[in-house]
Formats: sequence, structure tokens, C-alpha cells
Amino acid sequence: MNRRKMYAKMVFCSMLRRRSRLALALTAVIIGATVVLGMGAVYFDIPRQMGREFRSYGANLVLVPAGANAALSPRELRKAEELLPADKLVGMTPLRYETLYYSKQGLTALGVDMDAARKTGPYRQVHGAWPEADNQVLVGTDIAENARLYAGTSIVLEAVPPRGRRIKKEFTVSGILRTGGPEDAFVLMPARALEALLGSPGRADAAEISLAADSGEITRLAEQIRDEIPGIAPRPVKRIMRSEATVLNKLRILVCLVTVVVLLLTMVCVGTGMMTVVMERRKEIGLKKALGAEKRSIIGEFAGEGVVLACAGALLGSCTGYVFAQVVSMSVFGREVSLPVFLVGLTLCASLLVTLTASFFPVSRAAEVEPATALRGE
Amino acid sequence: MKNILELHDVSMVYGSVTALRNITLSIRQGEWTAIMGSSGSGKTTLMNVVGCMNKPTHGTVILDGEKISRLNAKELTAIRRDRIGLIFQEFHLISYLTAVENVMLAQYYHSMADEEEALQALERVGLGHRAGHLPRQLSGGEQQRLCIARALINHPKLILADEPTGNLDESNQAAVLEIFHKLHDAGSTIIVVTHSPEVAEHAERIVQLEFGRMVRDGAPARPMVA
Repeated sequence: MNRRKMYAKMVFCSMLRRRSRLALALTAVIIGATVVLGMGAVYFDIPRQMGREFRSYGANLVLVPAGANAALSPRELRKAEELLPADKLVGMTPLRYETLYYSKQGLTALGVDMDAARKTGPYRQVHGAWPEADNQVLVGTDIAENARLYAGTSIVLEAVPPRGRRIKKEFTVSGILRTGGPEDAFVLMPARALEALLGSPGRADAAEISLAADSGEITRLAEQIRDEIPGIAPRPVKRIMRSEATVLNKLRILVCLVTVVVLLLTMVCVGTGMMTVVMERRKEIGLKKALGAEKRSIIGEFAGEGVVLACAGALLGSCTGYVFAQVVSMSVFGREVSLPVFLVGLTLCASLLVTLTASFFPVSRAAEVEPATALRGE
Repeated sequence: MKNILELHDVSMVYGSVTALRNITLSIRQGEWTAIMGSSGSGKTTLMNVVGCMNKPTHGTVILDGEKISRLNAKELTAIRRDRIGLIFQEFHLISYLTAVENVMLAQYYHSMADEEEALQALERVGLGHRAGHLPRQLSGGEQQRLCIARALINHPKLILADEPTGNLDESNQAAVLEIFHKLHDAGSTIIVVTHSPEVAEHAERIVQLEFGRMVRDGAPARPMVA
């Protein structure tokens, strides 16, 4: 048996013999590792998870015509859409504002891509149903109250082109729109229906985009669009971006604080456990020193036990941490969390750091044991 | 025969208690000495000083030609490891290691753990068949013989035994003393600390301590028991 085998034998046999004492310390390391891995997974996944949640705030990037360009063309909008990462694009809809008439009263009609508008503006609440055909519209709640309109009511909208005769068309109100904003005084209708009514297809006054990305990436994409499409002036919605960044930072700080507190408690538990073991083994340490063991040998043996404890705790804690992260993510965000592989390494490093730091004082005490005193049982 | 151990005017004071008073003593190589005395006479303190586990507060200790009384802790550890074999009344075996591993432990701290040599050491004390047993599976006498095997494994210059038969019945005491006789015959230097006159009479020299003072130094009253 060589020195390494003898060392391993002493470390493992000693731990097995005191497994009941070390169980508390191991449990503490497992809990610490669970929290590090679980909270770490949530920490790194928060932007992705919250990015989707934040989309309920509405669009975070608006495109408007730049310079002499009076409107956005379908070609420019397609090109802009191609520049956006598909996996982060929640929705993009053109916005076309026109004045229409209902019972000779002027009102603002907003032509949108209905499917995309639902994604870019989850705050748009509809009493009734969203339009599913080109002859259906949403009426803002202010208009609906004034004109006594309800879901299912028919209305006739009239367009007055700059040149040419007036055009009338009958629509069905599929639902009443409530946003708490200016759109409560609008009629929201499919862009195709508005274009058909006006007889001038293809142009948009603006476009709203919802991206599941952080403020830095949105700013970078906006600059790219500005550089590559001269007719478009991208405007990141800074109010929303700032809110997102603030909430994200606070959540991340909270996650960090919880993790640090748990690691400190882990350190206390491990330190207490190791101190108990050292006190119980004073005679054994005294004997080893009497046989000629140097301080570094004693420290090495206890450090070996600490490393085994940390590795076992990190391994088991990584498994429970993955489950913990999924439970947290499912209950808070309603979707699974992804687990970066490097987090397992980080968990192992954190466990080693906490265990060895906690063991430092007890092991130092062990190294200072006087053999004659310890063998007398004092 | 040259002196393996010399103590010159050695005193040991713990706070207000003087455990050893001006002890001057020389032990020749190959000599078997018994240190006797009642409880509190200072015999264990003397053993701790000679065994490099305590430094005297006054005086000089020379072991194998080296002045050990002023060495630092690390140097004393090296002396214990390389030149002294310790045998304890309470055996002090590592409970989670087998008999052969307990012997190898002393080798491990000394240089290299050699299982074959450790097994031979166990054979010499009649424990070859118990090599794989844990200390709790051994009788008191077997545990003491294991302790002796461990003390001898690194071929120490001096064997120090503190009440080696204190926890043994008569038959096991006889077995342990027989091993000491064999060691003595082979030229080992042995110091046995004991309060038992029966055990002391096996030595070729008896040193008597009382209240930390050496009050007798001479051959046993009765002829040595072979």
C-alpha cells in the first residue's frame, strides 16, 4: 500500500466511522450547493424568463420614418425584421393611423397586424373577441360608450380620400378595446382592411416591436437598423427598458443575497461539525503526532475530509439544485429553467471554498494539539 | 557501551507544581531500565520529556548524541518519528484501521507504508493471524502486542513503554514481558515506566522517583527473571 492509498484509506475510513457526526455538515453542504445551483440557474435565466414577462409591458422598440421619408414601406419593414433575431422577436406590427368617419363623426382608425398586435401589446384588453376577418374591428372603450356600441354591433365606417369619392364599408364590432391609453379612442382594424378602404396599400406610419432582449442588445439592434436602413429611425422605448433593467437588477441582487446568507449558514454548520469531530478526535490526533505526524500531515488529513465532504455535497446538491431550480422557475415564471453546465463547476468551487474556509479554524486547532496532553485525555 | 540517553539536572515545572526536580541520569545503549514511583511521582512526566513530547523547563537532555532539550516542536516530532518507539498503557490504536494498518500508520509518518514489513512485525509479536482485524476485535493483550509492533516498526533507538502491562491480566502481562526480554536480548534499549515492582524486577536497572526526585538508581533487589 503506497502513501496515497494509506492517506485515502485514513480519510474515507475516518469519515465513515463518524458518518453520523458528519451527516449534519454534509446536509449543510448539500443545502448550500442546492441553493447555489438553483439560485444560480435562476440568476442566469432571469433575463430570459423575465424578458418574456416584461413583454406584457408592450413594445420596447418603435420604428418611425427617418428624414424626408413620410412613411415606412413594406420593403423597409421586411428588411428591418430580417435584422432582428427570430428567437428573440416576440412580435412586430406596422401601425397606420388614418381618419375615418362614423355617423359623420371623425375618429382615428389604427391599422395593425392583429396577430402581432396581440403579442406586442398584451396590455390591450378586449371585451368580446379579437377580429378574425377583415370585416371585423375593435372599438375603443371611449367610442363604444359614446356611440353605445357593443360586441356584435355593425358599424359603417367612411373614408374620405384626398382625391376621389367617399367610400363606405360596413364592419362588425368583434370586441371593445380597453388599454387605459389613447387607443381607447381609436378603432383598431386589420391593416389590410384599412388599406382596402383607403385604396392606398403598403405604407405604415410606424411599427412597434416587442423583443425579449436586454437594453444593451436592443440599443445595438436599433443602431444596426439605423445604419443599414436609412429610411427608418429606430426608437428604443427607454422607459420600459429602464424598468426592466431595474427589476432585473433587484431580482439578481435578491438572488445573490439569499445565496450568500445560505452559504454563510452552511459555513457555520460545517464549522461546528468539523469542530465537534476535531474535539472528539483529540486523542487520535495526539497519537498521530506522538508517532511523528507533522502539522501539515494532520492538516492534510482533515483538509482531505473537507474536500470529500465538499465534493459529495456538491454532487448531491447539484442534483437537488436542478430540481429546486425547476420548482422555483415553474412556480414563479411558469416555465422550465435552462441549466448552464458551468454552474455545476461553480457549485463545486463554492462548496470547496465554504467547506475549507469553515474547516480552517477547527483544523488549525487540530494541528496545534499537544500529543502528551491529548493522550492524557485532557 | 555508550550512553544512548543523558539527562543533566532536568527539572519540569507546571505553574506552581514541580513535577521533576534536578534529575541527572544516563542510560546505556541496550539497557533495560524501569522507572518506578507512585502516582504523581513524576514518572510519566519524565517519560514525556525523554519521549520528546514535552520540553524540560530546566536542564539538558541528550538522546543518541543530540541535545533535544532545546529543539523546536518540528524537530522534536522528527526525533519521535525516527528514534523513539512509544508503547502506551491505553494502547491508543486507531479504531477504524486494521491491525496491520495501525502498524503501517507509524511507517506512513516515518517514510513509506510497507505492508509486508508490517505483517512481519505482527508475526514477531504473535499477531500475524489477526492482521485484518480491527482493534475492537482484539483482546487487551493482543492490542498491547499490536502497540508494541507499531512501536518497533521503524527500528527505534529507544523504546519507551508507559505502564505497558497496566491494563493486562497475568497471562497477557507475561506475554508482553516475554517480548521485552526478546527485544532486550536483541540489543534494544528499553525504558519501562511502571508502578508495579513485579514488572520492574524484569529490568536490569530500576530508577525510583518520589515527588519528582530520583531517590534510587540501581539493580533490582531480586535476580532478574529470565
